[in-house]
Amino acid sequence: MNFDKELDARGLNCPLPILRAKKALSEVTSGQVLKILSTDPGSVKDFAAFAKQTGNELLSTAEAGGEFTFFMKKK
Amino acid sequence: MDTKKMAIIATKGTLDWAYPPFILASTAAALGYETQIFFTFYGLQLVRKDLSVLKVSPLGNPGMPMKMPFGPKWFKSINWNMPNAIQAIIPGYENVATALMKQTIANNGVATIPELRELCQEAEVKFIACQMTVELFGFKHSDFIDGLEYGGAATFFEFAGETDICLFI
Repeated sequence: MNFDKELDARGLNCPLPILRAKKALSEVTSGQVLKILSTDPGSVKDFAAFAKQTGNELLSTAEAGGEFTFFMKKK
Repeated sequence: MDTKKMAIIATKGTLDWAYPPFILASTAAALGYETQIFFTFYGLQLVRKDLSVLKVSPLGNPGMPMKMPFGPKWFKSINWNMPNAIQAIIPGYENVATALMKQTIANNGVATIPELRELCQEAEVKFIACQMTVELFGFKHSDFIDGLEYGGAATFFEFAGETDICLFI
């Protein structure tokens, strides 16, 4: 998937992946896509909840070998 | 849509209890909540310039696992249950427990309290210190970080009365 910015939140724990994502989203424009890498298993539900509450669209969630990849489109 | 609001009363002054108010407030701010924390009694320790005053103690805290943040896996998994009477007579026990806790925090990629507090401030979480307890404990305004407002219960209610979420921690 194409993306405009990447955030490496691997090794970070709650709530840092969300806080860093929020900051990264503020650095892209509406409609652009942020790719997020995380190792926090809690971040799967957290990013879904974050998207639901902020209106940013969670395009996809994937897991491979304990690593999670999210694509989020800015509102 | 109206902006959602959250108010927190932070009343605890230990390293472990410093986490919930700052985690919830910074996350709420990231979710678009207008957020305020009212620091009172021991919670005032969380807004001091010097955060090294924050300690954690397993003494009298049966819920706290005491595990070593280093060494091989089997060693890390041992829970060092120690009777309160023994914990109480070891000089510096609290400092050791605090140092071990900080190492565990770092090992787990958990943010530090100074980091979370700064993230709250960057996200414009409003900090209010209870003036009555500032005086009660003999603190000076210069003991605290900049950007604090000082007020009382009525100040808290002015904002809390309009919130969607209101927590006492």
